[in-house]
Amino acid sequence: MTATETRERIVGRAIKRREDPKLITGQGNYLDDIKLPGMLHVALVRSPYAHANITSIDVSRALAMPGVVAVFTGADMMDINPMPAAWQAGGVKNNAVTPRALAVGKVTLVGDPVAMVIAEDRYTARDAADAVDVEYEPLDAVVDARKAVEPGAPQLHATAPNNVVFEWECGDQAAADTALASAEVVVKEPIINQRLIPTPMETRGSVARYDAATGEFTVWMTSQAPHVHRLLLTAFVFGIPEHKLRCIAPNVGGGFGQKIFCYNDMAFTMWASRKLGRPVKFVEDRSENYKYSTHGRDHISEAEIAGTRDGKITGLRVKTWANIGGYFSTIAAGIPTTLYGRIINGVYKIPAVHVHVTGVYTNTAMVDAYRGAGRPEASYLIERMVDRFAAEIGMDPAEVRRKNFIQPHEFPYNNQLGLLPFDSGNYEPALNKALETVGYGDFRAKQAEARKQGRYLGLGISTYVEICGVAPSAWIGANGQGWGAGLWESANIRVHLTGKVVVTTGSLPHGQGLETTFAQVVADELGVNYDDVEIQWGDTLGTPFGYGTYGSRSLAVGGVAIKRSADKIKAKARKLAAHMLEANELDIVFENGKASVKGSPDKAKTIGELALAASVAYDLPEGMEPFLDETSYYDPPNCTFPFGTHISVVEVDPETGHVDLLRYIAVDDCGPQINPLIVEGQIHGGIVQGIAQALYEGAVYNDDGQLLSGTLMDYAVPTAAMSPHIETDHTVTPSPVNPLGVKGAGEAGTIGSAQCVMNAVIDALSPFGVKHLQMPATPERVWNAIHGG
Amino acid sequence: MATITVTVNGKPHTNDVEPRTLLVHYLREQLNLTGTHIGCDTSQCGACVVHLNGQSVKSCTVLAIQCHGAEVTTIEGLAPQGQMHALQEGFWEKHGLQCGFCTPGMIMAAADLLERNPNPTDDEIRHGLEGNLCRCTGYENIVRAVRYAAEKMAVPAGD
Ligand code: FES
Ligand code: FES
Repeated sequence: MTATETRERIVGRAIKRREDPKLITGQGNYLDDIKLPGMLHVALVRSPYAHANITSIDVSRALAMPGVVAVFTGADMMDINPMPAAWQAGGVKNNAVTPRALAVGKVTLVGDPVAMVIAEDRYTARDAADAVDVEYEPLDAVVDARKAVEPGAPQLHATAPNNVVFEWECGDQAAADTALASAEVVVKEPIINQRLIPTPMETRGSVARYDAATGEFTVWMTSQAPHVHRLLLTAFVFGIPEHKLRCIAPNVGGGFGQKIFCYNDMAFTMWASRKLGRPVKFVEDRSENYKYSTHGRDHISEAEIAGTRDGKITGLRVKTWANIGGYFSTIAAGIPTTLYGRIINGVYKIPAVHVHVTGVYTNTAMVDAYRGAGRPEASYLIERMVDRFAAEIGMDPAEVRRKNFIQPHEFPYNNQLGLLPFDSGNYEPALNKALETVGYGDFRAKQAEARKQGRYLGLGISTYVEICGVAPSAWIGANGQGWGAGLWESANIRVHLTGKVVVTTGSLPHGQGLETTFAQVVADELGVNYDDVEIQWGDTLGTPFGYGTYGSRSLAVGGVAIKRSADKIKAKARKLAAHMLEANELDIVFENGKASVKGSPDKAKTIGELALAASVAYDLPEGMEPFLDETSYYDPPNCTFPFGTHISVVEVDPETGHVDLLRYIAVDDCGPQINPLIVEGQIHGGIVQGIAQALYEGAVYNDDGQLLSGTLMDYAVPTAAMSPHIETDHTVTPSPVNPLGVKGAGEAGTIGSAQCVMNAVIDALSPFGVKHLQMPATPERVWNAIHGG
Repeated sequence: MATITVTVNGKPHTNDVEPRTLLVHYLREQLNLTGTHIGCDTSQCGACVVHLNGQSVKSCTVLAIQCHGAEVTTIEGLAPQGQMHALQEGFWEKHGLQCGFCTPGMIMAAADLLERNPNPTDDEIRHGLEGNLCRCTGYENIVRAVRYAAEKMAVPAGD
């Protein structure tokens, strides 16, 4: 290659993933695949009651069984602290009641673990768990957040009177009240965002090993954030030095938020491995995952939107009761507050907004971030209300949206709800593209024609915006948001003597293809072969501290940390090249993997030559340290705000109430795409999770707190046959926040989709006078809406 | 305990198993074939699909002793070592996986589907894989991956 030849850029290309060969041949290494010599297995004894006092636990029968090594209860583990509460938004203080490793004295949800049986194999452990005799004194339970705050409701925790975890508000109450009181049109609607179960196909678990000689723990965990778990488990739960724990996330079989949090199994496997001197494994089965690992959403809201007869939105007032579950999960308070209320205006300029949120304990599984985390709830609410408003004034819903969009020249846009300004946006082109794809021009005529034949078609529009890469640390941590730490990311790059590049990152890919995406970025930045770049992650030993992968932050924060490390490598390489080429450093340009003298491209050193020279260190410039090895800690100045338009077309069968999803069109804007194949995959998966909320899924408890949708038999995760073909397209509006211009794509699909389908279903049902319908739009619910049931 | 002999991925294995041992646990725990996964406890997810005498089964719903004398193929044995089955290629080419947890079962189920219906429509693919759940991909690229494999397998070798 001559110096004038340019290397083909790999960023922007839909290359297939480097992660895949081992995963498609059965060579992946997931948590349950880990086997250690002498490893013991845990089975838990879980409460069958949603609310009860534990009056006695008798472990003697279990202990006597062959193969059982130990049985422990919560009382044995009082030397460690409860799980930490890491996001205390909205004045959460001593009413954040987090779970202990095992429940002590009282249980507050079905599935609350009260004892752990440890045996030589998992079948024995399970048999013995059935032989632990626990006596309970059952108490009245409450599962509904609004009922839980009523006088006389069962009380879960002494420190949280009326079951209130927090009260939080944003916006301007007086302005919103005035706007509503003086509006030409006000529409009011109860909006329920039902409880969902994230359902990563791999359940959760932990394997802990303790080394008595060094006092060090190693824990393999199904984790989206192993560095954070190390910090929380050492500093808060065990009170041991951080460096005495190594956390390793192997291949993680999906997370969707559920694997962000610090769970009691991390603690009780550690505790037991230290006690017994043998490695201890715990893996949930699916019904345990459904009962005890975190759920998502579960908001009950009262929403009021105000506007003029010609389609201008003038006000929005929202009251929400957010169900937090039986205990406070790690970052539970941040989801229905910062990530929900502050983005409730969506893509619209709304002059007066007020949101009030009450976080509530109930006798149900803990609720915390699930894909989208707060933004799907916000997006669903505003997009439903805008459609309600459009219907009320008899205006085309696309037109109402257009009329109220924040305009391109208005960015950075401050929505006055306590966010930093929206970074960039151009909402209309995405809407236009989607309308054109669906053939909006003649859709209404077709719809009218179909209705004459007794066929009920509906079209739903969703124009969403969301928040990714939440930052900067000073805003999320210090400025009233209540987050307990920072939210930067880090990366290290080393260019080895042979010219091979090793990148370590604190991000934690679990399906997002970050190894591929990050390697594409590094290959282009340094001008090296893609195959010469290795991305390492997942082990706190050997990767720099990172907050982990969630909130669609890994490219916009973690990826930018990598880019900045590459910039530092290039700066050092330029200095070294100037020395080797006897030129002035200011005259050296770094391009296509070469540092050359400006104007004389033949005077050049490749990155390989520079790495070798830096590594052997025979002749370095005065004061330069050997090796090309650079680390960055990147704290973005703001969040990013991806957006887009989704449109769906449905047909409702009035005889059966069945909804047929005929078309689904998604036009998303996540800024420039590093790997379009991966971005499209993220969008597909996200959309089907949103469709699932609209049509199929819902976690259902009875009044006693029994989870009726407790297995995959009853909780309707969609199959391939229940999922539509998805038509994707995009627009590209770079973010000014970071040097890659990227915004994030992991959750957009979910954030844009539930209301898209519901708006279509309700449009289809409008001839029957239906104005709103709660999710999921099951055949029964749709049929009842049609037939006035 | 009972003694069983099972041919797994072409190799005979003789082991002692409890009468209640599930095939999936036998494969994972006793033979260390951890490519077959467990995603549920109600036979819904299909993460555990393997072939038993050439037909796809959910190995969480078969007892190991039922497999005495049988032939079992798992994801590790779908293609000869160092090679990829057209479906594995398809999943790679078409981005048919994200976290990869459902993938072995999904590929084994798809292999059985193509065996029965070598040229399925998209709809037939979607219905044919109804016993397998994927939470990551939204299935769009899984459909593309299976179609890729079907087309590839339709071309006679040597073409
Ligand atoms: S493990 Fe879910 S079907 Fe077998
Ligand atoms: S790829 Fe994750 S469940 Fe299918």
